[in-house]
Amino acid sequence: MGDRIFIEGNEAVGWGALSAGCDCYFAYPISPQNEIPEFFSREMPKRGKVFVQAQSETGTIGMLYGAAAIGVRAMTSTSSPGWGLMQEGMSNLSGARLPCVIVLVQRVGPAVQNLQHAQMDYKSVTRGGGGGDYRNMVLAPSSVQETHDIVQLAFYLADKYSNPVVVLMDALMGHIFEPLEVKTLDFGPLPSKDDWRLRLRGQRKDGKHIVSPAKGMAEGYIDYLRNLREKYKSMESEIRYEGYMIDDAELVLVAYGYCARVCEEAVNEARAQGLKAGLLRPITLWPFPYKDIRDKAAQGCKFLVVEDSLGQMVDDVRMGVEGKAEVSLVDITFRHIASEDGMIMPQRVVEEIKRLI
Amino acid sequence: MNKKAEGPKKEKVVGTPALFVTEWWTQFLWDMYCPGCQTPLVGRLIAEAIEELGIGDRAIMVMGNGCHAYLAGGLDFDVTSGGHGRAPDIATAMKRVMPDGIVFTVQGDGDCVAIGADALIGALSRGEKITIIMVNNTNYGTTGGQMAPTTIVGQVTTTSPQGRNPDVEGYPTHAAELVATFRGVSYSARGSLHTTANYRRTKKYITTAFQRQAEGVGLSFVEVITACPPNWHMTPIESLAWIEEKVIPEFPLGEFKNVTHIE
Repeated sequence: MGDRIFIEGNEAVGWGALSAGCDCYFAYPISPQNEIPEFFSREMPKRGKVFVQAQSETGTIGMLYGAAAIGVRAMTSTSSPGWGLMQEGMSNLSGARLPCVIVLVQRVGPAVQNLQHAQMDYKSVTRGGGGGDYRNMVLAPSSVQETHDIVQLAFYLADKYSNPVVVLMDALMGHIFEPLEVKTLDFGPLPSKDDWRLRLRGQRKDGKHIVSPAKGMAEGYIDYLRNLREKYKSMESEIRYEGYMIDDAELVLVAYGYCARVCEEAVNEARAQGLKAGLLRPITLWPFPYKDIRDKAAQGCKFLVVEDSLGQMVDDVRMGVEGKAEVSLVDITFRHIASEDGMIMPQRVVEEIKRLI
Repeated sequence: MNKKAEGPKKEKVVGTPALFVTEWWTQFLWDMYCPGCQTPLVGRLIAEAIEELGIGDRAIMVMGNGCHAYLAGGLDFDVTSGGHGRAPDIATAMKRVMPDGIVFTVQGDGDCVAIGADALIGALSRGEKITIIMVNNTNYGTTGGQMAPTTIVGQVTTTSPQGRNPDVEGYPTHAAELVATFRGVSYSARGSLHTTANYRRTKKYITTAFQRQAEGVGLSFVEVITACPPNWHMTPIESLAWIEEKVIPEFPLGEFKNVTHIE
């Protein structure tokens, strides 16, 4: 094991990106993710890499488009209000099939409420909030080490599928301090970008390349859509989740991000009391592990979704069980205090586990 | 850091510019542009300027959204186009990654100073070493002739059917003058194509703009007034006269900033 540093989640994003060989980072300040742009402003210039602070999130996402179009590894990060501004750009990146990484550190909404944690952007992230019909690949870490590792995985999957990948965090995951081992992960070979990326005219070895979200005009629109659909279908081979005590569980908790950490404690407490609870933590939020949830439903498990919103991922779990299992929800209204500062506590989850088993 | 443009300056381009995609100019141009449209001339001037400066092998281009974006197929550079108004953002990233590249955008007036105003101001504020060519036809041509920030007072458009009324709709936005106020800018000019003399002057403006980028000095900008006969409800010839009588008095031609280094 290499050296470990004690660091917060937001900085782990930066170290993960450096480990992945990120060439460009585009910044616009917004809480609670400002440690990320500050990290890159410090670390990129001394490595001869690109850091640009843009005029807005419409600017950062536009710059991301430019960097991705010339085939370098690029990323940006934001929080929920900035994510809203990026939606047209997200649609363009997907439409032009450009590989890039966007880190979203969620905060409370709707609108500009406060800077505290929440998990309210699940739907817009997993379904796509911009114009048209497209999908983002979405990864959700639940520790500092996993944040660092998942950012690297995000770059790999973006390049593998030529698609934007979103790393979905929340303010608690961004600010939690834990030990981190910085290391470069090898996920295997990747397809070359040389057959589509843009180059200076003198660097070209083949004909003129055009990168455009309106590719359908050249490729035949329906064929273009079919190709997109096939690509999204093939991404299902990347579905990842972590099971915690689920083999014999009668009640399966489903949670991601900080809520998964809360649920882990709740499961421990429930098991100590002899209650057979387990946790299924989706790491890929899209594509979502529907089949694995369906399999648990077929075994007779009940489900309890724990998420810090009014209930968004719960719809995916309901789709997964296909009406064959009871699905309950611990949502943001279960917080220990009725303010933006509140959070869903393990005790409250344990109460629900007791009620359901 | 200033540096001289690489390569010897070439002879004046005669005949078809080497940077044309010939098939596009002979076959597709006629399907894409209305009779009397001057946007293709802007493409020609860009191709000639870059060829004469000998910087074609370093060039890459970014299009906005609008009629000007059809030039994407006509010039033999790799090209992209993203969201409406985002071209300066896209060009920023490309230039930062490839500082030796000649990165330029072609944008319309709506693209550049309405929906893309934030991207323009951002690039100007940062003094990005890119070139922006803004095609100003005083309306949203592609969408059917709606009012733009550049629509002149009294001009009838589909969203100003009584003519642009400054009490309600304000006054035209002067992009070239605005750009010239930024310290990170090396060059800003406005030309037109409605007479041969102006066509030649505009060629000089565009050439100088690319020269500044090749020298690594600041952001360079050229606004080109172009005719939009169908949306102006005029013949091509009437459009040229209207530019002389109405548009030029609102949008004076010339260079608004021209420096070879920035203190």
